[in-house]
Amino acid sequence: MKLPNNPLANIPIAALIGLILTTLFVVAAVFAPWIAPYSLSESVGDMWESSSAVHWLGTDNLGRDLFSRLLYGARTTMTIAALATALAFSLGSILGILAAVLGGWADQLMSRTIDLLMSIPTLIFALVVLSVMPSTTIILVLVMGILDSTRVYRIARAVAVDINVQDFVEAARLRGEGRVWIIFREILPNALSPLVAELGLRFIFAVLFLSSLSFLGLGVQPPEADWGSMVRENRQGIVFGVPAALIPAGAIALLAISVNLVADWVLRRTTDLKGGRSG
Amino acid sequence: MADQLLEIADLRIGATVYPPGEKPRDVTLVDGVSLTLEKGKVLGLIGESGAGKSTIGLSAAGYGRGGVRITGGTITVNGEDILANGQSGLRRLRGKTVCYVAQSAAAAFNPAHRLMDQVVEATLAHGVLDRASAEARAVELFAKLGLPDPEHFGQRYPHQVSGGQLQRAMTAMALCSEPDLIIFDEPTTALDVTTQIDVLAAIKDAIHDTGVGALYITHDLAVVAQVADHILVLRNGEAVEYGPTRDIIEQPKEDYTRALVSVRSIDHHARQPESQPLLDVDAVSARYSADLPPVLNQVSVQLSAGQTLAVVGESGSGKSTLARCITGLLPIESGDIRFAGQSLPKALKSRDKETLRQLQMVYQMADVAMNPRHTVATIIGRPLTFYFGLKGAARRKRVLELLDAIELGPEYYDRYPAELSGGQKQRVCIARALAAEPKLIICDEVTSALDPLVADGILKLLLRLQESAGVAYLFITHDLATVRAISDSIAVMLQGEVVRYGTHEQVLTAPFDDYTDLLLRSVPQMKLGWLEEAIDGRKMTGQDQ
Repeated sequence: MKLPNNPLANIPIAALIGLILTTLFVVAAVFAPWIAPYSLSESVGDMWESSSAVHWLGTDNLGRDLFSRLLYGARTTMTIAALATALAFSLGSILGILAAVLGGWADQLMSRTIDLLMSIPTLIFALVVLSVMPSTTIILVLVMGILDSTRVYRIARAVAVDINVQDFVEAARLRGEGRVWIIFREILPNALSPLVAELGLRFIFAVLFLSSLSFLGLGVQPPEADWGSMVRENRQGIVFGVPAALIPAGAIALLAISVNLVADWVLRRTTDLKGGRSG
Repeated sequence: MADQLLEIADLRIGATVYPPGEKPRDVTLVDGVSLTLEKGKVLGLIGESGAGKSTIGLSAAGYGRGGVRITGGTITVNGEDILANGQSGLRRLRGKTVCYVAQSAAAAFNPAHRLMDQVVEATLAHGVLDRASAEARAVELFAKLGLPDPEHFGQRYPHQVSGGQLQRAMTAMALCSEPDLIIFDEPTTALDVTTQIDVLAAIKDAIHDTGVGALYITHDLAVVAQVADHILVLRNGEAVEYGPTRDIIEQPKEDYTRALVSVRSIDHHARQPESQPLLDVDAVSARYSADLPPVLNQVSVQLSAGQTLAVVGESGSGKSTLARCITGLLPIESGDIRFAGQSLPKALKSRDKETLRQLQMVYQMADVAMNPRHTVATIIGRPLTFYFGLKGAARRKRVLELLDAIELGPEYYDRYPAELSGGQKQRVCIARALAAEPKLIICDEVTSALDPLVADGILKLLLRLQESAGVAYLFITHDLATVRAISDSIAVMLQGEVVRYGTHEQVLTAPFDDYTDLLLRSVPQMKLGWLEEAIDGRKMTGQDQ
């Protein structure tokens, strides 16, 4: 495979929009302290002020600047979601491929344990765990990552079982290669394209999951801002016709769509590549 | 000319390819090919993969597979330009005037319908016959094609009949609507040699009796010589040579045709085995599961260092299982395998690195035997690092030496398998096996997936490497021509047992046992009239039953 000279050439318009929006979100999250006009927790106005030149998106239920909180919220939401997805992926894909390579009893034991975990609805499972444990960032990442890894495990195992019976894996085995080489050098590179496509989807699920937890009060704790908890804080405003709750909700939706546009494009590109290889 | 059935003039066929990350571009698949076919005659189209033979064949039905476009020229069937009347004209043509027999009948039949319904489908759709007479004709054709119990054969489902029978059923399907032209696309390529000969004879008789014209597409010149009146040799989408079958076989004019005719005439002197064998397989039995019958039954063969043992048999004879037992992928049930004087541990896991190094394997399908995400440098270099600890410049130097040994230049060092041709891939696989400096390489059908000329090159390479590296080969194949060309000793396998074993000379000299005789007779020979001789020979020995 030769890398194309310019990977952004021939990029479809939908993917381009997704890419631009996602980049904007990432920039906003990274540079939040410099971009944000006000601090995270400072009361700078009245309750639920409407948007003005001073407060671009108005203020929230405690008179804090909504735009600033949205920026800081992007930071929290995306960091936790990204870390949880990364954890879910490393854990899920390595265990999944390992199960496929080991086979037999080890595979049965791991797969049935995962089935058991998956049979409990994730939200309820997370609520139970988080009501006992403190809702710190690390605990949140661990809980979300481990729960999400069950989904990644299933995909990784299914893909790896197919690759595992290919002649080139058998050739490596006949050479006497150890499991580490077989997992990381023979199977993983070939399993990567379906997994990468799944990555974008999983990241969005993580954002939604975190938002749900925060909305229920078990996620990110105040005064830290995160999009889910911002919806929760401002939800009563809707009754009075104040759109403050809709703005973080809209941000969640926009992020979900733009990341998905990019993920779709990556998926199409990698399958194209495969077609080019076999043909 | 009125009796011209098919006339193709200056045919050009193109397609658009979409290389990843590059601009789509147009490629020419067939460039200015012309041919004519008289009523009731057979024209053989022959060439390597990529020669455009199937593309030309399908164009006679006005069809382009998967984005392939006819970009120029005319195709005339029965004096009528088939491209002039658009899709509805083509629909009237296909299945009625022009029929198609595909390479893999197993994949071309719908597994959910009975054979009869599929055989008469096109006939009914075109309203050629009513159902009762169409079925009567189908039964007649089943009988003509030598299918068992023709009255009830059509009631079966595709999975209930063998591959050879299915191929004949497909021929019956094509003949049912009494077409003027049938396109046979490699109809016997996927079959065992002993089955191929039956199907070939059935097809030949059917063509002769019904007076249908045929395009016969194949890569095997010896096969097409048996059925065709004329032969068109193709290469890279262009016609190389065209003429009556006898002229092509006996007096080829072009170098390329000459190469095709003389393929597999490798000069090899069989050697006598030494007293101390390198590999000694002693009364080995194996099975895949305790409640299944054994796949290998008391198999005993020996192989001397630096020599070649060919294991030959049809699919299902257990020859590949023997390889799996020797490599340890399938632990043997009883018996003993001794390698270099020492008993090999049964399971792969309990073998040490040194044993693994001395015993390498080359696979049939080179494209799945190499990791598509590794470069040639990694594929060949990994055994060097793994067994000998070579790194950096030393490893690079050795990889380049190995590339040179397999007749590939240094420009292949950084390539991925997808950027190699079929023959080059197999060469890289051979280099990977050689990198371990083994005493024995097991070659599992290494040339079966390759075109004859490319396979020839691989066999010559293997023989040369044997001389320079002194490596022994266990050569598993179903192709007796290959066996004849390269082996020192031969084992013939049938249903998990060795039915004939000995030196090259012992095995290939009369008197033969029945099965070896059948196998030898079934290998297509590059001469006219071979098919009839072979069929007569089989009838005499009573093997046709």
